Amino acid sequence: MTFGQLPYDVAHLLGGGMLLLSFMLLYQRRVGAVVNALATQGALLAAAAAWQGFVQDAPQLYLTALIALGAKAVLIPLALRLLIRRLALARGVDTALGIGPSLLAGVALVALSILVALPITTGVAAMAREDLAIALSVVLLGMLMMITRRNAILQVVGLMSLENGLVLAAVGVAGMPLVVELSTAALVMLVLVVAGVFVFQIRGRFDSVDIALLHPHRGEGG
Amino acid sequence: MLTALALGLLGFPLLAALALPLGRRGGLVVHGGSAGLCLLLALAAGGSLGFGLPEGVLGLPFGPAWGGAGLAMDGLSAWFLLLLGLAGASASVFALGGPPRGLVAWPLFLFGMALALLAADSFTLLLGFEAMSVASWALVALDHREESNRAAARLYLVFAALAGLCLVAAFGLLGAVEFAAIRAVPPEGWRANAVLVLALLGAGTKAGLVPLHAWLPLAHAAAPSHASALMSGVMTKVALYVLARLLLDLAGPVQPGWWGLPLLALGAASAVFGALRANLEEDTKTLLACSTIEHVGLVTMGLGLALLFRGADLGALAALAAGAALLHALAHGLFKTLLFLVAGAVLHAAGSRRLDRLGGLIHAMPRTAVLALVGLGAAAALPPLSGFASEWLLLQALLAGWRLDEFGAQMAAAAALALVAMAAALAAAAMLRFFGMAFLGRPRSPRGAGAREAGRFELLALLLPAGLTLLIGLVPGAALALAEPAIRLLAGAAQVPAQGIAQGVGLAAGEGQAGLLPLSVALLLGLAGVGAWAVIRWRSPGATRRGPVWNCGFIDPPEHLIFGDPLSQPSAAGLAQPLRRMLGGALLAGREAVAMPSPGETRPARLEAGFADPSGRFLLTPAARLRDAVAAQVERLRDLSIRGCLSMAFGTLVGLLALLAWLEGG
Repeated sequence: MTFGQLPYDVAHLLGGGMLLLSFMLLYQRRVGAVVNALATQGALLAAAAAWQGFVQDAPQLYLTALIALGAKAVLIPLALRLLIRRLALARGVDTALGIGPSLLAGVALVALSILVALPITTGVAAMAREDLAIALSVVLLGMLMMITRRNAILQVVGLMSLENGLVLAAVGVAGMPLVVELSTAALVMLVLVVAGVFVFQIRGRFDSVDIALLHPHRGEGG
Repeated sequence: MLTALALGLLGFPLLAALALPLGRRGGLVVHGGSAGLCLLLALAAGGSLGFGLPEGVLGLPFGPAWGGAGLAMDGLSAWFLLLLGLAGASASVFALGGPPRGLVAWPLFLFGMALALLAADSFTLLLGFEAMSVASWALVALDHREESNRAAARLYLVFAALAGLCLVAAFGLLGAVEFAAIRAVPPEGWRANAVLVLALLGAGTKAGLVPLHAWLPLAHAAAPSHASALMSGVMTKVALYVLARLLLDLAGPVQPGWWGLPLLALGAASAVFGALRANLEEDTKTLLACSTIEHVGLVTMGLGLALLFRGADLGALAALAAGAALLHALAHGLFKTLLFLVAGAVLHAAGSRRLDRLGGLIHAMPRTAVLALVGLGAAAALPPLSGFASEWLLLQALLAGWRLDEFGAQMAAAAALALVAMAAALAAAAMLRFFGMAFLGRPRSPRGAGAREAGRFELLALLLPAGLTLLIGLVPGAALALAEPAIRLLAGAAQVPAQGIAQGVGLAAGEGQAGLLPLSVALLLGLAGVGAWAVIRWRSPGATRRGPVWNCGFIDPPEHLIFGDPLSQPSAAGLAQPLRRMLGGALLAGREAVAMPSPGETRPARLEAGFADPSGRFLLTPAARLRDAVAAQVERLRDLSIRGCLSMAFGTLVGLLALLAWLEGG
C-alpha cells in the first residue's frame, strides 16, 4: 500500500487535513473561529478513524470514530462556546508569540517531526510512517499552541488538539486495542472538566481568564 | 563452580534478611555466617587460582533488556576475591567480639564487593559497585548521633555518587554490556580517552587518589572499626580492580603507553601526600586512613607502569609492574585490615582513638602489640614482611624505567622512583610514631592505664591477617605464582615470557638482574637478632635490676598521677613537628603561631599549630560554592509561570527530538 493507492491516499488526505487545521488553530485571531477549527479537526479525526477501521477491517475503530465525532466535533466545542458566552470572554486571541512567528515555528516543528519519524521507521509500511510523522506534527503544534497563547480557553484548545494527534497516531497502527483510546478520551474529558472548573474559578475571583493573574498566588512567599 | 559461587553470594542477602527478625540477637548469626561465607569465597578463589579457573560465563536470570547479566571468574577477579574473602573473614570474626551493629548493611557490603568482582558485564559490575557504596555509607552513618559523623557520611555519599556517575558514563562509552563483546571491539580515539578520564575520576574517587581523597580519612574514622577495616583494605581495592579492568583489560591491548603517565603521576602524588599526612594526624584511624591513601597510590603507580611498559612492548617488565601492583594490593589489603582491627581493639580496650590519650599499651595488651607490630612493620615496608616484598618489586619496576623508549617517560619513572622512596620513608616514620605513641612509653590517661587485653574473638581476627602478612613476606614467590593468570591479563597475554617473576619462593626482577630471597633475609635478620641478644646477655650483669630513670628534667609527678605526668611525654603533635615544619608548610598549609600574653595578663602563652588539607580549599570550597550558585539558579525555576513550565517541557522535548534526528541523520 503506497502512494497512488486509494487507502493510502485517503488516509494521507485526512491526516494532512488535520495538520492543516492545526495551522489554522495557530493563525486564528478570534476565539470563536478557533473553536470552529477544533471542531472541524475532531470531525476529520473521526473520518480518519473510520477510514482506518474500514481499511484495517477493524470494527472497533468505528466506535472510536463515533466517540471522536460525538465528543470532539460536537460536545466539547459546544461546551467551549457555552463557556465563552456565559463568561462573556474577550473574543480576541491574546498571543505571547505573534501569529507570524508562531506559524514559522510550526513549520519548523513539522520539518523536525518528519526528520525524526521517517528515518526511525524505515522498513515499516509507508502508510504508518507518514501517519506517524503527521501525528507527531499535530502533537507538537498543539503544544506550541499551549505555550504561545495566554488565554486559558485557548490553552485547553491546544491540549485538545494535542490529544487529537495522539489518537491519530493510535488509529494508524494496526491492532491497537480499543481500551487505550477509550481511556485516552476519558482522560481528556476529565481534563476538560477540570479545566472548565478552573476557568470558572478564575472568572469568579479575578474577573479574567488571563493565567498571568494566577502567578502571585502560587506557593510560599510568592 | 560458578553456580556454587553464585549460591554462596546469595547467602549474603539472606543473612541481611535474617538480621531484621533476629534483631540484636542476630550478631552471632550474621557475623558468623559472613565469616564462613567469606572463608568459602577465599577458598574458592584460591583453589581456582591454584588448580584452574572456571571457564565460561554463568548467565543470571535478570539484567537489562539489551544484554544479559552474568558472572565469571578470571585471574584478576579471583585474586581480588581472595583478598575479599580473607579480609572479610577477619573483619567478621572481629565484629563477633563487639556489640551487634549494622547487621543488615554488613552482609550487603560484602555482597556488593563480591558481585562487583565476579561480574562478567558492566551492568552487574555497576550493580555490585553501587550496592557496596550504599551499604558502606550506611555503615559510615551508623553513629549518626555525632554531628561530625553525619558530615562525614554526607561527604562520603557525595563522592560515592560522583564515582558512580563517572563509572556509569565510562562503561556507557564502551559501547557493549558484556565484557567479551567490549574486548572484541575496544574503544578508539576520543572515546578511549574519555574512558581513561572517566575511569580515573570514578575509580580514583572511590579508591581515594589525590586530589579526590577528601572523604576517605573522615569516613574511615566515622565507621565502626571492622567496617573501616574492610573499607580501607578491600573497598579501595575493588575500586582499583575496576580501574585495572577498565584500562588494562577492557580498553584492549591497543592503547598507547602514555595512558600510564596520569596513573603514575596521581599514584606518586597520593603516595607522598598520604604518607606525609599520616605523620601529622593525631587520631589512630585517621592516620591509618591517610596511610591507605599512600598505599593506594603505590598500587596505582604499579598499574600505570604496567601500561607504560606494555605500550613500549616490554612484556617482562610489564609483568613485573603488574605483579608489584597485585602483590601490593593483596599485602596492603591484609595488613591494613589488621591495623584497623588493632585500632578497634585499642579503642575498645583503652577507650580512645586519640594518640594523646594512649600509651604504654604493650604492658596491658602484649599480644595485640606484637600483632600490631607485624602490621606496622609491613606498612613501613620492613623485611621480611609482605609490604617489603611488594614495594621491592615496585621499586625494581621503577628502576627499569630507563628502558622506556621516550625521554619523557624515562624522566617520569625516575621522578616517581624518588617519590616512592620518600613515601616509603615517610610511611615508616608514621608507623613508628603510631607504635611509639600507642604502645610504648607510659599511659597518658587513666582510661588508657586501665586497658586490658583484647577478647578472644578480636585476637583471633588479628591472628589471621598477621599470619598471612608474615607468610606472604616470607614466600612472596608462591603468592605471585597464584597471581600468574592475573599478571598475564594485566601485562597483555601474548607478551609475557614463559618464566615469571616468581622464582621458587623468592622473587626475581628484570630478567635476573636482581633477586630477593626473603627466607635468607629472615635468616640473616634472625641471626643478627640472636647475636645481639647474646651479646647483651653476655655483657649485662646477671640479675635484672630496676633503678630510677632520668626524668628529663621534669619535676616528679604528683601522687595521684600514678602513671606519671602526661606532659613529660612526647605528644602526637610534638612528634609530628619536624615533618610539619619541613614539608607540611608547602603541601599541607601547616601553620604555627605563638600567642603571647601581654605583660600583666595571667593567661598562659599558647603555641597553636595545625595543618589543613589543601583539597578542602581548592576542591571542596569551590564545589560548595558552585552548588550554592546552581541551587540559586534552579530556585528561580520555581517562580516560572505555567506557560514557562510548559515551555520548558516543550523545549526539552523538541531538543531531544532534534538530537534524535541528528543522530539518525549522522
